[in-house]
Amino acid sequence: MLGLEMKDFRLLLIVIGLTMLAPFILNPFPEGSEMAQFNAGYPDLMQRFVIFGIFAIGFNILFGLTGYLSFGHAAFLGAGSYGAVWMFKLLSMNVLPAIAISVVIAGLFSLLIGFISLRRSGIYFSILTLAFAQMSFALAYSVLTPITGGETGLQLALDDPRIFGASQTATGNIPVPSLFGLEMRSSYELELGSWLFTFNAGYYLAAVFMIIAFYMSIRIFRSPFGMMLRAIKSNQTRMSYTGLNARPYTLAAFVISGMYAGLAGGLMASMDPLAGAERMQWTASGEVVLMTILGGAGTLIGPVLGAGMIKYFENIFSKINETILHGWFAFLPDGLENFVVAMVYPFIGKGWHLTLGIVFMLVVIFLPGGLVQGGQKIAGLFRRKKAEDTKPNATEPAE
Amino acid sequence: MDQFILQILNGLDKGSAYALIALGLTLIFGTLGVVNFAHGALFMLGAFVAVTVSNILTLSHKVVDETRTDFLGNPLQVDVPYLYDLFGQAAGDTIIDWAVPISIIIAIPIMVGIGFAMERGLIKYFYKRPHADQILVTFGLAIVIQEIVKYFYGANPIPTPAPEAFVGSFDFGVILGFDPNAIIYPYWRLVYFFFSVVIIGAVFAFLQFTTFGMVVRAGMADRETVGLLGIDIDKRFTIMFGIAAAVAGLAGVMYAPINSPNYHMGMDFLVLSFVVVVVGGMGSLPGAVAAGFLLGILESFASMSAVIDILPGINQIIIYLVAIIILLTRPRGLMGRKGVMEE
Amino acid sequence: MGLLEVKGINKRFGGLQALGDVNLSIEENTTHAIIGPNGAGKSTLLNVLVGKLIPDSGSVMFDGQSVLGRKPHEINQMGISRVFQTPEIFSDLSVFENVMIPCFAKRDGAFRMHAIESIFAERGIQEQADAILADVNMLEKKDMLASSLSRGDKRRLEMAMCLVQDPKLLLLDEPTAGMARADTENTINLLKEIRTKRGITMAIIEHDMNVVFSLAERITVLAQGTPLVEDTPDNIKGHPKVREAYLGEAQV
Repeated sequence: MLGLEMKDFRLLLIVIGLTMLAPFILNPFPEGSEMAQFNAGYPDLMQRFVIFGIFAIGFNILFGLTGYLSFGHAAFLGAGSYGAVWMFKLLSMNVLPAIAISVVIAGLFSLLIGFISLRRSGIYFSILTLAFAQMSFALAYSVLTPITGGETGLQLALDDPRIFGASQTATGNIPVPSLFGLEMRSSYELELGSWLFTFNAGYYLAAVFMIIAFYMSIRIFRSPFGMMLRAIKSNQTRMSYTGLNARPYTLAAFVISGMYAGLAGGLMASMDPLAGAERMQWTASGEVVLMTILGGAGTLIGPVLGAGMIKYFENIFSKINETILHGWFAFLPDGLENFVVAMVYPFIGKGWHLTLGIVFMLVVIFLPGGLVQGGQKIAGLFRRKKAEDTKPNATEPAE
Repeated sequence: MDQFILQILNGLDKGSAYALIALGLTLIFGTLGVVNFAHGALFMLGAFVAVTVSNILTLSHKVVDETRTDFLGNPLQVDVPYLYDLFGQAAGDTIIDWAVPISIIIAIPIMVGIGFAMERGLIKYFYKRPHADQILVTFGLAIVIQEIVKYFYGANPIPTPAPEAFVGSFDFGVILGFDPNAIIYPYWRLVYFFFSVVIIGAVFAFLQFTTFGMVVRAGMADRETVGLLGIDIDKRFTIMFGIAAAVAGLAGVMYAPINSPNYHMGMDFLVLSFVVVVVGGMGSLPGAVAAGFLLGILESFASMSAVIDILPGINQIIIYLVAIIILLTRPRGLMGRKGVMEE
Repeated sequence: MGLLEVKGINKRFGGLQALGDVNLSIEENTTHAIIGPNGAGKSTLLNVLVGKLIPDSGSVMFDGQSVLGRKPHEINQMGISRVFQTPEIFSDLSVFENVMIPCFAKRDGAFRMHAIESIFAERGIQEQADAILADVNMLEKKDMLASSLSRGDKRRLEMAMCLVQDPKLLLLDEPTAGMARADTENTINLLKEIRTKRGITMAIIEHDMNVVFSLAERITVLAQGTPLVEDTPDNIKGHPKVREAYLGEAQV
């Protein structure tokens, strides 16, 4: 199917199903209920899920396959955002040219940085990418202000010289990004009983891009090219004595993942047409590293899961405050309630980063394949147990 | 000319911080072969030791001061540090004033202990794992340490002043025959510079002149051979990790008055320190020190207005630019040893 | 004119003359052994041949083209494959993938952007890989992870990876180092088979005289970085200079 093996095709179908039905799946709790605050099915967050999913899928093509750990990928995302906003300012409010240019700009930018950084490997490569990204950040923040908007970031203005389309709407506002007239911020709301589901145009556009991105990454993983990338991670000596030149392979992987980052940046700008230098900072690069490894570097679905998890925690989990906790543990005797809340509180709500750090460390130490590997291990455990259950006599000692 | 000297001086204190952190980083790398992304967090912890010590010293109880009243006419409650009760007001104030220097003594055992715990509890399991894994796990650890500090101390910077005696600036200009106030330099920064020179000197002397240091140096050069001689090099390397942690911590303690400590100061310094280590050459102690001062001074020269007029923004990127050029032309850095981290 | 012509190679490391005026000619369709005591410069010579080291002077011609200054992957593309002392394989990949990679390298050259094609659609490559695995008796292990193989199997896998490229010259660096006697016998048989069935020219660097004398058709003896003699195995056995420089030492 679509050039995929059955197993991969099934995975693709599951991902398509989940993203298309996300507004339902992420809003399981009725409006107004106590649990409604855990609903993640609002446009802004859903957009972030898929956009960061794209970013992580791309990063995984570089790190998951070749093992080259880049600490500077946010620079490409930032460059993509700037490119897209400039397209809105100069060309038109249609998102397609903006997204296209963001991919192209990120591709060229990553070609330049990759060409230089890949002359070194290991920690030196990591430091080089880090240095380039920090340099880009510093420049975007200061000298390049005419292009990047400096500290305030790049925004649309009422006097943008838009070639196709007006500078202002009839009411004197700044026009919003759209796909041939379909505004990205427009949503259709569906009320079913006390449940409210929001279908947002921007989310679905980004979701379609993520599905395409995911499909492409499956193809790359299963291609001879993908196999070569894994070979580079495994043994570079044998690689070159087999007549293969590792450099163009890693560079291609670097540029592909840079283009994915650019796509994510372009989509981000399409949802909300502004771009700031902080998107390029190394902590932003660190975030995509966390996502990819948490979910499972080198696995297909892992990065998407990792991105979803971190964004969910960042936006939902972090809202839990002490009052809510007291509500949860109200059934306990007072002294115990206070104790439990005091023990739990540092790890959730505003302290969610602490939980993230601990989980991340545990994953690096015990689960190199990330949560996906963890899931497989648990599934394997159940399967074995089931197998034992079906032949209970076999394990019983002879009498 | 006076500008020139001023920039060198300005570069020295930042350079000393870079050099101290980079020294520890490269020491850990050279001995244990571990890339430690949590080293910046150790620096930050040091600064928070200073914060904690000054918090403890100012622990107070409330006393009703009959002689003063608040705006409603009630007697005023004032905080009286316990130290006043113990030593009297004058002595108590002096002790509180000297919180940062006192912290140095307290920080040494604490930081060595943290270093031991880190090495025994986590790092030792990563000796045989790829460098990428080491980077990742210590990166995670840095986040954890940072968040714990944030939980206890909040997200805002906490001003931690230097002792009264060091407030103010030293007028170099007068001594060197320039106009008064042409070259002024805060006393504490001067102290910081001399302090770091002493620490660096102590580490070098320790490695150079003690048997312990000799074994460690031999181990850095050739771990296996030293192991064959029946010397338990691992235990010594653990101690080196403790020392590296203490050096980073002390750099942090002393830096507290220069920059009010906040929970993410470690990450900010970490990136630059790594660049320093790479420029100096991974695993080279003199390289780290030289590169630290060099980059600190370069950075402050790049921020001179005369330079910025010609090359706008150069002050923001000079360090990274130098690192990139060095890495591409001299993969081993300024003083790197052969074979370190090369495939 | 031999397949491989080495002329006047010199290589110094600091004060040490690792190779001094080495001349060597490996004829097509022979098994040529290079022997010599430790530190005779065998490994240095090998590293020069595969492009890992660049000599200070001299020339290395392979099949009418100069090898010097080319990168290892370019030299492999010219038709020289190398088997390492400790097998260099792709440990994290399956046995089958390990042999597919050299097939791709042979067909597509040093780099090709085949990112969209599926591996599963590459029938020709899969057949080649299956065939070579059958030749080395590893077909039933094709789905195993290469790192989980026994030491002997790793060696056979590496050999298969080199053979599937059908090289003009196969360089073997102590192919039996650290092997038990039975394994050594197997390897000798495997190499003999390769020689007779495939007609591949081989250059072997070896310590084990038993292996050398059961395989080699020509032998070059290196001592202190210079070739001492080059002759047939029978003549080498009786050569007084060789006994003095090498065999004498080995038989103590």
